[in-house]
Amino acid sequence: MTTTTVAAQARDLVKIYGKNDAEVHALDGVTLDIHGGEFTAVMGPSGSGKSTLMHCMAALDAPSAGSVVIGDTELAALKDKELTRLRRDRVGFVFQAFNLVPTLTAEENILLPLSIAGRKPDEDWYRQVIEAVGLADRLKHRPNEMSGGQQQRVACARALVGRPSIVFADEPTGNLDSASGAEVLGFLRRSVDEFGQTIVMVTHDPVAASYTDRVVFLADGVVVDELRRPTAETVLERMTALQQRAMGAPQEG
Amino acid sequence: MLKVTVRNLLARKVRLLLSAFAIVLGIAFVAGSLVFTDTMGKSFDNIVYGTVSDVNVRFEDSGQAGLENEVNLDDRSLPASLVQTIADVDGVARVDANVEGMGLFVKKKDGTLLGGTGAPTLAFNWNDAPNADGDQIATISAGEVPRGPDEVAIDERSVENAGYELGDTVEMFTTGAEPQIEARLVGIVEFAGGGLAGATLVTFDTPRAQELFLDGQDAYSSVSVEADPGVSQTELADRVAEVLPDGTEAVTGDDLADETQSIINTVLGFLNTFLLVFAAIALVVGTFLIVNTFSILVAQRSRELALLRAMGASRGQVTRSVLTEAFAVGVLGSTLGLVLGYGLAGLLKALFGQFGLDLSGTALVFAPRTVIVSYAVGILVTMVAAWFPARRAAKVPPVAAMRDDVALPEGTIRKRLIVGMALAAAGAALMAAGLFGDVPRAPAWIGVGIFFVLMAVALTSPVTALPVIGLTGMLNRVLFGAVGRLATENARRNPRRTAATASALMIGLALVTTMSVLGSSVNRSIEAGVDEQFTTDFLVSNAIGQPFSTTVAEDVAAIPGVGEVSAEQNVAFGIDDRSVYGSAVDPAALERIFELNYTSGHAPESTDQIAFNETTAEQLGVGTGDRLELTFPGTELPVTVSGVYADTYVVGPSLVLRDVVEQVGLKRVDSYLAVNASPGADLDEVGDEITDAVAAIPTVTVQDKQEFSDAQRAQVNQLLYLIYALLGLAIVIAVLGIINTLSLSVIERTREVGLLRAVGLSRRQLRRMVRLESITIAVLGALLGIASGLLFGVSLRSAFSDEGITDLSIPWVQLAIFVVVAAVVGVLAAVVPAWRASRLNVLRAIATE
Repeated sequence: MTTTTVAAQARDLVKIYGKNDAEVHALDGVTLDIHGGEFTAVMGPSGSGKSTLMHCMAALDAPSAGSVVIGDTELAALKDKELTRLRRDRVGFVFQAFNLVPTLTAEENILLPLSIAGRKPDEDWYRQVIEAVGLADRLKHRPNEMSGGQQQRVACARALVGRPSIVFADEPTGNLDSASGAEVLGFLRRSVDEFGQTIVMVTHDPVAASYTDRVVFLADGVVVDELRRPTAETVLERMTALQQRAMGAPQEG
Repeated sequence: MLKVTVRNLLARKVRLLLSAFAIVLGIAFVAGSLVFTDTMGKSFDNIVYGTVSDVNVRFEDSGQAGLENEVNLDDRSLPASLVQTIADVDGVARVDANVEGMGLFVKKKDGTLLGGTGAPTLAFNWNDAPNADGDQIATISAGEVPRGPDEVAIDERSVENAGYELGDTVEMFTTGAEPQIEARLVGIVEFAGGGLAGATLVTFDTPRAQELFLDGQDAYSSVSVEADPGVSQTELADRVAEVLPDGTEAVTGDDLADETQSIINTVLGFLNTFLLVFAAIALVVGTFLIVNTFSILVAQRSRELALLRAMGASRGQVTRSVLTEAFAVGVLGSTLGLVLGYGLAGLLKALFGQFGLDLSGTALVFAPRTVIVSYAVGILVTMVAAWFPARRAAKVPPVAAMRDDVALPEGTIRKRLIVGMALAAAGAALMAAGLFGDVPRAPAWIGVGIFFVLMAVALTSPVTALPVIGLTGMLNRVLFGAVGRLATENARRNPRRTAATASALMIGLALVTTMSVLGSSVNRSIEAGVDEQFTTDFLVSNAIGQPFSTTVAEDVAAIPGVGEVSAEQNVAFGIDDRSVYGSAVDPAALERIFELNYTSGHAPESTDQIAFNETTAEQLGVGTGDRLELTFPGTELPVTVSGVYADTYVVGPSLVLRDVVEQVGLKRVDSYLAVNASPGADLDEVGDEITDAVAAIPTVTVQDKQEFSDAQRAQVNQLLYLIYALLGLAIVIAVLGIINTLSLSVIERTREVGLLRAVGLSRRQLRRMVRLESITIAVLGALLGIASGLLFGVSLRSAFSDEGITDLSIPWVQLAIFVVVAAVVGVLAAVVPAWRASRLNVLRAIATE
């Protein structure tokens, strides 16, 4: 946490869905820096644009305007092939559900990005990740033989094993009970503390947000607030305030 | 999310259309066959009814449908005095005497023969006899009636095809004493029936026709009689019959028309059955495609179906909702199939026209039966195919609506294996009964047996597929790493689906392999037989199987350097109710060229003796010394069996002396000449000389050993290619099936595809993954098909070894090519699904619920 490098940045990001009358500004000029070695949470009420922001920053979707830079790479300049390579080599993903290929074992799923790239895993690093995620005895199992929490931890291990410069997690605990959720969040926290991993997580759960170093609040497509060293209580407070403001404001699309 | 739903719906429409397409192709074949054969029937009806008189006097037996009349040239004639006798019968309004000649060919302006292997050339004397409706049977539509020995009238289409114009000199060939004649084209003759179905009609004046076809006697082949008003056909026939000599008969126009029609219908029936067999194969393959499509659609909608059940829909209602969808697909497919079939019939009509069977005089016949049969078959097949998935859909428990991942209940593999084994056993029994047993309609038994075994292979294929997929999977992984592994796992994920998709291809390839093993074995057997038995230097024959004048043998014998000439005339006769082919030969000349192995007795030495080959003797249950009666048109010949010889290619199944031909009232012609050069003569030179000698008669060709062997094999190959082409339809449907399954699988795995793309699978790798899965399915189908086809081919070959397929030959190279072609088919089938998968928007793919 001594580093102050910027792992990813968004500048004046705009994303518009639909056309003419049906136009919806999901992002309305977001500017945000993600610091290296930090665990960042993105929060906001439904429709605030938090998922859209993450998809744009993670090279899954193209913004209508503005720029995204990962490390020192400007995404707008990249073609599909280069975007694919960037996702494969420099970005890790954990989704809310359906993270794993059902036909492959846990181990094969973890190594999937590497084998797609035709690379050999770094044995030491691989063992470290497996140990950290606590799945050494589950490696030969298929997804349907594992619990939801175990599946999500496999997904986390997959996101980390390629040593990406940044990991994006989209509501990784959204489908889990609180105990399983805590396992997954604990693992993400450890990977930041022990391995210096940069993680961005979208969530609407104040408890999940309390595991992070920094919480960014979004509303109506713009960054409205920020909180350092959050606790569940402080996060809840800010969220309630945001929601009240939203309810007082005119109807949003 | 609405967008996704709409997209899925649209995609499903395409899916349904694809499976409807299988029905379209199958029904198009059914409808096309029916329309085409109806059209042919109508065309022949017109000819038949346009050309019969009230009463027709002819020789007994001359109208029989047996093969005797195809082979033998009837040489009997009615004396001219009989015509007057008939004319004097009470109630006869008019009498016309006809001379009919067979075996005449018209030379086209470019030197080739008109007609060729297609429809026959009919030669008549010109007369203006009326048909039963009172219309003149033949009319001159342009020019004049032919008069004198140097004039001829020919039908319009033939004149056109041959490139002649009125006034031109036309060259013709006959089997008579004048093998080559010339005459001036003075008229265009036309039949009352409209078209001639491609036949060529040549008319001379009566004396010239008698000269050419009846050795110049003042005699006739048949007499047409017109009744006075008020006298019925039957009455008149009875009265005429009273004055007729033995061996002749009076047939009413109606009877004659019926008789001719039944012969035509038999032939059309064969053609119809032949075409419908391929339509059936296409439909069976299509059934697999439909079962698969509906299974996948039901699986994808299982949550929706469970919701319906939860809301109180009964099982029956769920089943019916799926079946209704199938009904719609069936109706759509049948309708399009009918339209396509109509076009196909037009295409067939044009194609047959190319081969000489010209039906342009008749419009396509669209009978109500065609419509009914097409819809009935199309809807039935679709609904039966959808029945299984529909029942499974109804088994979705209502609680499944609340669950995340819905797995459809599926029958156990064990049950499939048991049913499969039972089917295989039943199929094998049916095949054995058809092949070795003495059952009526043996081909149908064999066909149903093969069908059962194929169904058994299809049923058990989810099990048998595993080792094959394991093998290709290993290859995939070694060659393509992670992508190969993913593709293999996708193919293995739902073995039933993979196996059913592969089974469609399996059926087509099993039949193709069977035919290619049989074809290759037949060719090998011909080659071996020709090598061993064909001890002649040259064979002079007619390229289209027609006999030729005996003057050819005389000309050839006169060539210096020619040693032995053995002439052979094909004859056919009845023994009890069987038709038997034979060769009329001079045994001494024959033995100087060919060595026949007599297993008992010896060659016939007088006209009351006959020798059989072993197969025929066995079939007839006769041996040396037995007495038999041979039935020829209008006469019978008592004979003794002089000997039995080993089966051979060089003569027919029986041997009689040439003198028999004239004794039973047939025309003397030659079908083959076996020619040996004198010792020391230069073979090439003698061959050239013989070719020169017969060059004037284009119906006759000269072949040496190699050419003979090639010609025999070319016939086999031609039939083989025709069957391949027809089976191609089944393969096309199978390819559609692969496309369909892959597209549906891709849609089903949208989220998975999205995930793979998100973690860095490139579009190219994704396409490769789909392609490898496709190849795995196709190769699986090919291997299963080739294995079953080998089984069928080898067992059919051994069953037919007595019928001349003495050698087994397995065309390994060809089979290897089939596998490669299957892999290419896999690549092609994957093009669209792979493209669609790679176009999927990553974000939307992950968001899909």
